[in-house]
Amino acid sequence: MMVKKKGLVGLGAVALTAAVVLSGCSASTGGSDDTKASGSTSSLTVWVDSERVDALKGAAAEYSEKTGIDVKLVGKDTSTIKDDFIQQVPTGKGPDIVMGAHDWLGELSTNGVVAPLELGDAAADYLPVAIDASTYEGTTYLLPYAVENIAMLRNADLVAEPATSFDDMIAKGKAAGLTQPFVVQQGAEGDPYHLYPFQTAFGAPVFGSGAEGYDPTDLQLGNAGGEQFATWLGSQGKNGTGAFNTDIDGDIAKQAFLDGTAAFWLTGPWNVGAATDAGINVAIDPIPSPTDQAAQPFAGVKGFFMSAESKNKVAATDFLVNYIGTEAVQLELFKAGNVLPALTAAAEAASEDPIIKGFETVGADAVPMPAIPAMGSVWQYWGIAEAAIINGADPVTTWQKLASDVQAAIK
Amino acid sequence: MSTITDDVEAGSTPPPTRNQKRAARVAEAASVGTKMLLLKIVLLGVVDAIALYALFVLVGHEQWLVAAIVVVVTALFNWIYFSPRKLPAKYLAPGVLFLVVFQIFTLVYTGYVAFTNYGTGHNGTQEQAIDSLMSSALVRVPDSATYDVTVIDEAGQLGLLVTAPDGTVSVGNNETPLHEVSDATVEGGLAVAIPNATSLDFAQVIERTDEITELSVPFSEDPNDGALRTQDGRSAYLYTSSLEYDEAADTMTDTETGIVYSNTGTGAFTAEDGSELLPGWQVNVGFDNFVRAFTDSSIRGPLIYVTIWTFVFAILSVATTFFLGLFLAIVFNDPRMKGRKYYRVIMILPYAFPAFLTALVWSGMMNESFGFINQVIFGGAEIPWLTDPTLAKVSILIVNLWLGFPYMFLVCTGALQAIPEDITEAATVDGARPWAIFRLIKLPLLLVTLTPLLIASFAFNFNNFNLIYLLTNGGPRDANAPIPVGFTDILISMVYKVAFTGQTRDYGLASAFAIIIFIIVAVIAIVSFRKTKALEDLN
Repeated sequence: MMVKKKGLVGLGAVALTAAVVLSGCSASTGGSDDTKASGSTSSLTVWVDSERVDALKGAAAEYSEKTGIDVKLVGKDTSTIKDDFIQQVPTGKGPDIVMGAHDWLGELSTNGVVAPLELGDAAADYLPVAIDASTYEGTTYLLPYAVENIAMLRNADLVAEPATSFDDMIAKGKAAGLTQPFVVQQGAEGDPYHLYPFQTAFGAPVFGSGAEGYDPTDLQLGNAGGEQFATWLGSQGKNGTGAFNTDIDGDIAKQAFLDGTAAFWLTGPWNVGAATDAGINVAIDPIPSPTDQAAQPFAGVKGFFMSAESKNKVAATDFLVNYIGTEAVQLELFKAGNVLPALTAAAEAASEDPIIKGFETVGADAVPMPAIPAMGSVWQYWGIAEAAIINGADPVTTWQKLASDVQAAIK
Repeated sequence: MSTITDDVEAGSTPPPTRNQKRAARVAEAASVGTKMLLLKIVLLGVVDAIALYALFVLVGHEQWLVAAIVVVVTALFNWIYFSPRKLPAKYLAPGVLFLVVFQIFTLVYTGYVAFTNYGTGHNGTQEQAIDSLMSSALVRVPDSATYDVTVIDEAGQLGLLVTAPDGTVSVGNNETPLHEVSDATVEGGLAVAIPNATSLDFAQVIERTDEITELSVPFSEDPNDGALRTQDGRSAYLYTSSLEYDEAADTMTDTETGIVYSNTGTGAFTAEDGSELLPGWQVNVGFDNFVRAFTDSSIRGPLIYVTIWTFVFAILSVATTFFLGLFLAIVFNDPRMKGRKYYRVIMILPYAFPAFLTALVWSGMMNESFGFINQVIFGGAEIPWLTDPTLAKVSILIVNLWLGFPYMFLVCTGALQAIPEDITEAATVDGARPWAIFRLIKLPLLLVTLTPLLIASFAFNFNNFNLIYLLTNGGPRDANAPIPVGFTDILISMVYKVAFTGQTRDYGLASAFAIIIFIIVAVIAIVSFRKTKALEDLN
């Protein structure tokens, strides 16, 4: 009697687990199953970051109604979406379309998982920086929907006027009685993305650019401007003014700004919500330059890629170019993320908001973040070199070592 | 429970005869109520129904191998649970199934990947790589116009009916270059049909996507003029290709530079000077990954000190937690101590908090400029707890001591209480001092019971990824290392960095490392267990 009962418990466990496992499988394979089984009604599977599923529902439904093609939106975790895509596409189980960022392009293209996307004449309707970023080795792969860059957030209650230069910013903040008036996130391994505007102000981009975008053979990082930047960074670090501190990570920087102990915060649109929610009177300023040249931040472009193994390339292209590329859909996506739309007409409409306008103004100077695989080698050494300089290492030798390490890694 | 009763019966009564055995079986079978039988049938029915559903899905996907496995496994389960005997199998079958699905499959797959070049640039099959190379090699002819097209079907062969921007209408397909036609039906400036061919509407275009993406209509007799291709069946653009694939020779030729890239068996088209066209594809590389793990000069340096630190970390973690736990267990086991119960509860509190949370809280407390420890305890000193290579290692051991000692305290308390008091009394009578009693009698007895746990704890800490990842993430970074490895990285976190960070992933190498780690841990465990057996024999 006892025996039978235990056997049954085991059997129940098998049934339950089998049900869970199988339902998991069927949920993930269901999409492609339909495409194959029934030829007359096609479907498109779109992987979207979970926060933007709702924003796309309208466009998806409208497209289904008009063409009879079922658009399946699958919410994915942003931290795993790229790796999942790279691994799933070769097996044929991946989606037709995936939402992502332009700096994935080098990796996606090297892995052969994305298909070129011909925007045709529609390319002229987008912001130039968005099209630049969507193009890799002369071919367009991305349908852009948003352009993102960092800018200087200013607590207008503490400092009423925008700063004209980096030193002016510190002076204005000190005049307001703050000991650390400016914060930017760093961390033990540095954060070159947030320091890049200052680096470009010294005329040291990472790569030179040619007709087909960034040229990996033309490393500009270690030029004379780079060394000047390193010297300046050292003078603003631990043994200097202390404006940069590797112990300040994203959370500490945010807290300092929200508490009002810092009046300037160099960050992106993703943090504006937290600041306004905390009741801070936020103004968006251009990034104060330490030199007389403009401080150009990196622009990150968000968009949609088409899978190289998609069985529905025609429908996917049509959906992206002719539906996602319309003002109404771009504005829907804007509402979900509050990031400047990539379509010029939508960008103009969105810029009625002063915050967005502020980011757009800064973004006019922005340069696309290089997507070439050589950039991976740069990231690997860049941050720790900058962190070392901030913490008092000799600026020029550290910078020269950075340039030679990167050069050696690119080969 | 039943086994215990069986044992007792077997011990107390003489062995039953064959007839008795059969009678017992009949009685047992009869005692199974109809309710239980029904329940069994229902549950097995659920399993079978799910299997059947899975079978339909799998057959729909043409996954024959998996479908066959599902059939065999389901049949096996039915047989096991309907058979009146097979008692051990009834217990073991579910566990074995889960072991195979969740452990053995993963192990075997890791083993397989370790022998391939799977990683960035070697992601799929050769066929996919060729497709991808060819499609990205297409370059739109500069300043060429957009051509409005209608896809037409001429006796089963697809073609393009093209309306050029200047209004000329022409037709072509994969074989026939574009030529002008005069008898086309034009609607609103766009040619929509010609005689002897059907025009495809949008639904049909979608249906024949594969053929349309293959459709490339030469612009003229001269191949250098490029070909018209359409992505959406409405507008076409003029492309030239910078790559040419020779199927017979399995080579790629760059039409601009004339460089020939051939398939040399390394998983990518390679030119004579060694430059590769990426994407490549996955190939079996034999023991290459294992050889690289030990000989590649860029990996060897970090590998040596990471391995040393891994052993130091695992051994010291076990030693410190064990001795602190043992010390506290002895102290709180002393009957003279008042309120022991409450102290014991407080002692196991660190064990009760989630380890993830604890590691994150400690990493915040150890921040050099803002952390609680420097700000409050050391009055604003700037001690680089997590950023100095040596101190970061000490910090990790401290945090792991905090995380690990309650467990050791618990098991030591249990083991200590299991040692009879009269042994201590006898030793005292014989004139032994307390330290001698502990060192010569209690500790060996404790170790007999605790050594397996210490080995398990060693194996756990050897692969204690969570702590390293959350506390320092392997940092501070070693600026001289060619891979993004840090001074507190242990083997498993280094493997993670090789496989999952940066833009160049190397799953093959990471899997090879994973197997090496497995072998190390397994060897240590086996040797230690042998030693434990020897210890048991002594007593």
